Amino acid sequence: MNLTIDVSNKDKLTTVSLAGEVDAFTAPKLKETLLPLTKEDGQTIEVDLQGVNYMDSTGLGVFISALKSTKEHDTNLKLIQMQDRVHRLFKITGLTEIMDIDNTVRGGM
Amino acid sequence: MEPFDFVEVKVPAKAEYVGVVRLSTSGIANRMGFAYEEIEDLKVAISEAITNAVKHAYNDSGEGEITIGFGVYKDRLEVMVADHGGSFNLGEIKEDIGPYQHKDDIGELREGGFGLFLIDALMDKVEINSKYGVIVLMTKYLHENGVGQDGDQISTS
Repeated sequence: MNLTIDVSNKDKLTTVSLAGEVDAFTAPKLKETLLPLTKEDGQTIEVDLQGVNYMDSTGLGVFISALKSTKEHDTNLKLIQMQDRVHRLFKITGLTEIMDIDNTVRGGM
Repeated sequence: MEPFDFVEVKVPAKAEYVGVVRLSTSGIANRMGFAYEEIEDLKVAISEAITNAVKHAYNDSGEGEITIGFGVYKDRLEVMVADHGGSFNLGEIKEDIGPYQHKDDIGELREGGFGLFLIDALMDKVEINSKYGVIVLMTKYLHENGVGQDGDQISTS
């Protein structure tokens, strides 16, 4: 019931790899890590969600604020390797329409 | 009265306990024979209700308890989440409960506010009683009995 966050950077690409659960307890930590990254000029932030087996609206909220921040700072946010269960929540809430989500390598069921 | 088992869980109104209740939920739903997908739905819906309750309880006093009651029926699971520490009187709560009204536009970008929307989307029935604190009552049917398969209905009882 925790979340591991790994950040690696290569030129203009920052990869944030997550493993575990994103909920009311872990979302604040994710927000603290993710938001500052979206404010660095010209960056693309790729969030690898392969290891995330649980997410609820608190996680969706973090990605919404991160997306807002990328619009303000002219950076990019991309969500990759999202598991089917997690993707379902993005779909139900309509967030698949506004977020850059790469489904080609989606894991899960 | 229809027979059912009742399980009550009481946790401090802190975010770190949301995951604990999620595990209890998963255990009860699994025992009842819910499918994997449905258990995942239940986990999200119940976490949303508890997250709301944690916020509510925290704003009011900075501490407190949340009570979660599981009504285990033959054909369905009823889950109550109350943002206070008192025990449930199931009968009373069900008498006073009212419908949950949709008024949110999900097309907008919002950082919060998806909680109730998700509960409503993932459960078969959602009711709210705000007479004594806020109590959310959620129902999910075991689909093998052919009840509630249409899902997403909003009760007006």
